[in-house]
Amino acid sequence: MNLGRGAVAVWRRNADVFFKTWKTNFLPSIFEPLLYLVAMGLGFGGLVVGLTYAGQPIDYIRFLAPGLISISAMYGGFFECSYGSFVRMHYQKTFDAIVATPVSLEDVIVGEIMWGASKSLINSTIVLAVIALMGWLLFPAIQFTSLTLLLVPPITFLAGLLFSALAMIFTALVPNIDSFNYPFFLLITPMFLFGGTFFPISQLGAAEPFAYILPLTHTSLLIRDMSLGMSSPLDLLALVYVLVMTAATSYLAVRLMKKRLTR
Amino acid sequence: MPPVVVARDLVKKFEDLTAVDHISFDIEQGEIFGFLGPNGAGKSTVIRMIQCVSPVTSGRLEVLGMDVRERPREIKARLGVAPQDNNLDPDFNVIQNLTSYARYFGMPKDRAVRRANELLEFMQLEEKRTVMIEKLSGGMKRRLIVARALINDPDIIILDEPTTGLDPQARHLIWERVRQLKREGRTIILTTHYMDEAEQLCDRLVIMEQGKFLMEGTPRQMIADVVGDCVMEVIDADDEAERYLRTQGQQVERSADRLYVYSGECRTINQEFRRLYPEVYSVIRTATLEDVFLRLTGRRLRER
Repeated sequence: MNLGRGAVAVWRRNADVFFKTWKTNFLPSIFEPLLYLVAMGLGFGGLVVGLTYAGQPIDYIRFLAPGLISISAMYGGFFECSYGSFVRMHYQKTFDAIVATPVSLEDVIVGEIMWGASKSLINSTIVLAVIALMGWLLFPAIQFTSLTLLLVPPITFLAGLLFSALAMIFTALVPNIDSFNYPFFLLITPMFLFGGTFFPISQLGAAEPFAYILPLTHTSLLIRDMSLGMSSPLDLLALVYVLVMTAATSYLAVRLMKKRLTR
Repeated sequence: MPPVVVARDLVKKFEDLTAVDHISFDIEQGEIFGFLGPNGAGKSTVIRMIQCVSPVTSGRLEVLGMDVRERPREIKARLGVAPQDNNLDPDFNVIQNLTSYARYFGMPKDRAVRRANELLEFMQLEEKRTVMIEKLSGGMKRRLIVARALINDPDIIILDEPTTGLDPQARHLIWERVRQLKREGRTIILTTHYMDEAEQLCDRLVIMEQGKFLMEGTPRQMIADVVGDCVMEVIDADDEAERYLRTQGQQVERSADRLYVYSGECRTINQEFRRLYPEVYSVIRTATLEDVFLRLTGRRLRER
């Protein structure tokens, strides 16, 4: 693979643009978890009785909070490498401009995916900070105290790589920007709802095994367990799944993008 | 000095289209070499292969002594490309467009800023330093694209349709800068569909059509070979006048309301014509590359 330090320059370009307007970029990550915590955690969670996770009773809001971190890690990378990358590739011709320099197309794609993962890391770290603050101020039930919490940001970066590479596959395939409605409707929204975010997947009954096909099920499992300081043999499996899928989707994304852009 | 670009039997095929069809050429160090031809002739495809962004289907293509298939990064490090489409970065202002581009060449920040400022001065854009791209006029965007192509101090500069859509002042500024870059010893590869531009700038050029070279040489030599030194131009000739001119046994081309009579004796023909048809406007002028093109492609169109 024709990969070099050009990928870092591509990453820097996107980071420069993002941090020029960081105040507006940070706002959704701050307010969305607040809204979800109040509406779902407090409002809806008040109705939930007798919830158990991994065999132990748990407050709904405590179950929900790590789910919100996982969701922001998914959306951060997927948005960036679908709409964001498509705009740069198709409308702004930024990729064309870059490949006229010693930077290769592979560098561009890898740099974009790394940046998408960085967006996941940034967004979900903000969500984590908001949750921590809310736990301290208003909802003692979600105070995370385990040291494994420190593993959450690196996991969100890893999850970000996976979702960014997945998005890049669609960016290589869609005929136009409106077509992103399909992966969002058919893949992202189902994950958002069924990927172990708002309720334990054990609730799915006979359909539970199907949830394990979804990448978010694995990343949310890891993020929840590390947030709560729990561990299960499934964590290791989830980690392997995420690593293998990241490698496979990245490889495919680079292949398909080369096919799309090399004329 | 060996040629900076060597192409032998170069072919580029897309699925069902041969965009570049077995062409061979050398581009010498320090010259301005032009690819001239209508849209879709294959000019940009040749350029994109030289740039190492479009894979060669078959044949040999070497840039600065390196095979485009083997050493694209090294070649691209020494090229400066001003593409046809505006692909400036709309997320950055003028100077940031240059400094962020410098980073793709691995240039350190302080050197990039120094070079960017020099180039803004060179292209008369100093006052627009911190303006966002969308606020620039078409001419300014072009100038910035040329400035950006120079950021890495390239040996070869590729200008793909550098003045398309520009007003006369903006065109002349670009032409002046291109000549200046040539004086600095750089090689310039130019594509254009403007004949006057090619005639003004190019030391040597090729006329392309359907992926092949129709002709190659210096502008002056092409004009002399194909047209001769003068052309008689007749405006709004009636049918009878046109029939007369055609019976003079010379090459006559029609383009809308104008007739062009190409002949070594066009002065004599004009005198006689004036006497016979005093009411029709006719004039003798120096032959240009446009006449070469019209003669070459005009004849082709009729043959089809």
